[in-house]
Amino acid sequence: MQLFPCPFCGPREESEFQYGGEAGNLRPDRDVTAERWADYLHMRDNPKGPTREIWVHMTCGEFFAMSRDSVNHKVSGSSVLGDVEHGR
Amino acid sequence: MSASRLAAGGSDIDRDRPLTFTFDGRRVEGFAGDTIASALLAGGQTVVGRSFKYHRPRGIWGSGVEEPNALVDVEGAAGRVPNARATTVQAADGITVRSVNASPTAENDRNAVLDRFARFLPAAFYYKTFMWPDWHLFEPRIRAMAGLGVVDSDWQPRKVSDQVNHHCDVLVVGAGPAGLAAAASAAAAGHSVVLADDGAHPGGSLRHRAGEVDGVEGKAWVEVTVAGLKGAGQLVLSDTTAFGLYDHNLVALNQRHADGRPDTLWRVRPRRIVLATGAIERPVPFANNDLPGILSADAALSYLRRHGVLVGREVVVATNNDSAYEPALALAAAGASVTVVDCRRDGGAQAKTRIRVLAGRTVAAARGRSAVQGVLLDEGTTLAADCVLISGGWTPTVHLFSQAKGKLAWSDQLAAFIPGEAIGEIAVAGAVAGTVSLSDALASGAAAPGDFGSSSPAPRGTGTEATLGVVSLWPKPKARGRVWVDYQSDVTARDVELAARENFVSVEHLKRYTTLGMATDQGKTSNLNGLALLADITGRGIPDVGTTTYRPPFTPVPFASLAGSRRGSMHVPVRRLPLEANHRRAGGVFQEYGGWLRPAYYGGGEADASIQEEARRARQSVALFDGSTLGKIEVIGPRAAEFVDFIYYNTMSTLKPGHCRYGFMLSENGVVFDDGVLVRLDEHRFIVSCSSSHVAAVHARLEEWRQDRFGRDAVYIHNATAQYATLTVSGPNARQVMEALDLGVALDDASLPHMAVAAGRFAGDEVRIARVSFTGDRSYEISIRADRAEALWARMQQEGRAFDAVLLGLESLMILRAEKGYIVIGKDTDGTTMPHDLGVAGPRTKRADEFVGRRSLFTEAANGTDRNRLVGLAVREGEAPLATGAHGVEKRDGRLRSIGFVTSSYQSPALGRPVALALIERGPARHGETIDVQHLGVVRQATIVAPCALDPEGRRLHA
Repeated sequence: MQLFPCPFCGPREESEFQYGGEAGNLRPDRDVTAERWADYLHMRDNPKGPTREIWVHMTCGEFFAMSRDSVNHKVSGSSVLGDVEHGR
Repeated sequence: MSASRLAAGGSDIDRDRPLTFTFDGRRVEGFAGDTIASALLAGGQTVVGRSFKYHRPRGIWGSGVEEPNALVDVEGAAGRVPNARATTVQAADGITVRSVNASPTAENDRNAVLDRFARFLPAAFYYKTFMWPDWHLFEPRIRAMAGLGVVDSDWQPRKVSDQVNHHCDVLVVGAGPAGLAAAASAAAAGHSVVLADDGAHPGGSLRHRAGEVDGVEGKAWVEVTVAGLKGAGQLVLSDTTAFGLYDHNLVALNQRHADGRPDTLWRVRPRRIVLATGAIERPVPFANNDLPGILSADAALSYLRRHGVLVGREVVVATNNDSAYEPALALAAAGASVTVVDCRRDGGAQAKTRIRVLAGRTVAAARGRSAVQGVLLDEGTTLAADCVLISGGWTPTVHLFSQAKGKLAWSDQLAAFIPGEAIGEIAVAGAVAGTVSLSDALASGAAAPGDFGSSSPAPRGTGTEATLGVVSLWPKPKARGRVWVDYQSDVTARDVELAARENFVSVEHLKRYTTLGMATDQGKTSNLNGLALLADITGRGIPDVGTTTYRPPFTPVPFASLAGSRRGSMHVPVRRLPLEANHRRAGGVFQEYGGWLRPAYYGGGEADASIQEEARRARQSVALFDGSTLGKIEVIGPRAAEFVDFIYYNTMSTLKPGHCRYGFMLSENGVVFDDGVLVRLDEHRFIVSCSSSHVAAVHARLEEWRQDRFGRDAVYIHNATAQYATLTVSGPNARQVMEALDLGVALDDASLPHMAVAAGRFAGDEVRIARVSFTGDRSYEISIRADRAEALWARMQQEGRAFDAVLLGLESLMILRAEKGYIVIGKDTDGTTMPHDLGVAGPRTKRADEFVGRRSLFTEAANGTDRNRLVGLAVREGEAPLATGAHGVEKRDGRLRSIGFVTSSYQSPALGRPVALALIERGPARHGETIDVQHLGVVRQATIVAPCALDPEGRRLHA
């Protein structure tokens, strides 16, 4: 059972969280090619090692970005969603 | 074997408190403090079980968690426990103990004959032999012959297992000398400590091995140290096994209770973990090394000193290291005649004056049938013996360290794997870290807490320090006779050779092919001997062969402990209606629908007849039903209209306040995710009325899009589903009943048309009235504070009486909506259904603005002409309803293929015939066509029709 740091609530057990996808998978503009849309829907980097992801803490309802390592499960930090995650 | 209780001695037992229990129906006497195993030994019980595969007689081998043979079913105060280790369960007065895999008893097992065919039963024999025609034909009988304890299927825990979440600075696993030194060091530094040990008493090896700490006798030092910890308020847990080490320093402990309480599960999250888990003595390879009467030398010493049991009178000790000499000398001092067979040429020089030592010799085979009677040495002489102690060196108990993904390192000096590089805040100390002497164990323990330890000097061993001097004595290929590698899984050296011959040379393949190291034992005694043999056969070094993956649990954990209170009705708790008691009084028969407990139908009659009667009467006058489970998620804020436009497939911002509109929500892949009515209360306030079973998912999705695209100040979302009850009046006379309720709302069609919303009052409370329909008849949904719903429901029934109102359960409501072709998402749709498949193509072609899932509606697949689309199906007059799930089929190129399936199917009392909804390929273009529908091999004909079978013009909505 991992401990994840919710930026709003502090460290909580992983069962309180749900995965929201890889960070940086921004929704494309309308009328993109089918290939680009399929990339957005289905294609993931699934990195081995350091990764940046969107998670949601179900008990407070807030989405946030978290950096962790997919191999050794070390969490290096989390932050509220910023301009980067929103594509602004 | 002639084990017996000595007249005196035994530090763990209380001779003033005798007890008796039965083993395989035989009466066994013991004392308080005995384990089942020590009492069986004291009573002279040599054979305590039968082996897994060959039904060989087996005796007690160990004295703790490493025991591979003495598995027993125990029936006691806590109920029945299968496959308990006789060595770790305390004996108790009146318990019933049975051997496993033996019938009728371990001593007289009727399957013992299997062993005579052993050479025809090598590894994988059963799989190879019974492949044809089908393994499953043979499996039940083979399983009945090979196996362990029996689960009591009627078993019910008398109490729920406690589960404790705990935090501390330092968790120490193992209360031997190293663990105690670690705990004392952390406690002295002012940190909170949990010390867990799987034995009945702390102390580990100091409870039976000689030792002196800082000038005090070992056991006395243990008592002082434990008292010090307890006095400082630290938690010392005995009979508690740390069975799993998980991410981010979570350690799971299972605590057993002697008083009959069910086990307690501890989830401890320490800042630092000290593993002082000790080491397990290895068997020595020789033919028939599994005979009863052959046991671990350390276990024999433990039984002598802790339980006052002398395991034999004529004892041979087979060893490759120094640690066997303390047991040898102790048994000799207790009156046994002892001969040590030491494979080292210079072995045992220091003991030669007190006992007979045969240095440079090994045991080639044990003699005896159901118990050991002697040994044959390598040079051909025979020694008589009623007991053989074996000590093949020590295997560090690295399981928890390895579970934490710690890498192991090979030590030639110890002939074993020890933990390699430290990982995070997990330290190892004592025998698991490879220490031999007491001083080294204590020093490594005191150092293990690291920054959490105190700087005061570590305790020191002040007596004679232990040495090991181990040399390798591994099983060899092509040995004579049957040399057991794994007692519990009945794997011999030959099985390992066979596996290697058949090219199962990876250690993970070896494990699965031979079952070496599997089952409850997890290779505690067998692992290293198996690896070493495989290394020899394949010409590799042991470190190159590597080990199998260690996985939790270290020892079996009762499901009751893991489940805790999450069992029965608490396993997946249902959500309940505010008016459940009222529905029950009215005869409601409840079922679970999408997590909610709801009335399926009312009355004590036969289900189908009751449901048909409800559906029939609903069309005649008035029906009342409880729709409180419908989602009520409020969307509020200056950009609320823009938000719902983006969320819904249908344009919603054009909706006027006081009105509502039906629409779909899509997923980004264009598939219909939910449907429902959106209410607009005012310019900036909407209520999303989603499907009952989807509320949590819809709420989560709304939040996701809000946070992704709409600022914190733009939209606010609040799930108010549980705050309101929603009670519905439906039917041709619905308006008359509504008039009688007198809610202060004008009900004429001009003031409150279909799909309009109004605010009224009932008994002082505000109520919301929405004229929406899921039945196809004129309907009014009244939403009221959940805690005030009872009076309104009573009043509705009272006013309904004049109109012969009927209560609808969910089943009859399903019939009514299916007659109208109204869909249920997830039932009448699947993971490919897009809105145009359901006949709602308008927004797809007309909407120019962006919404969730839009791009996916224009892919090649979405544009396809052969998509499964919603239709109705009609059957011939007088026929029964189609089976839900039945497939439409056609022959193409000589092969039968599916062209879709029936999603809903009911007998309609209003129409006097069956109605059905289906998703059929190119469905709407095939109206009037008759297709074949197949279910369980029976083919029927059905004609494709429009989904709506009743009142397609919608007159009843306005009647």
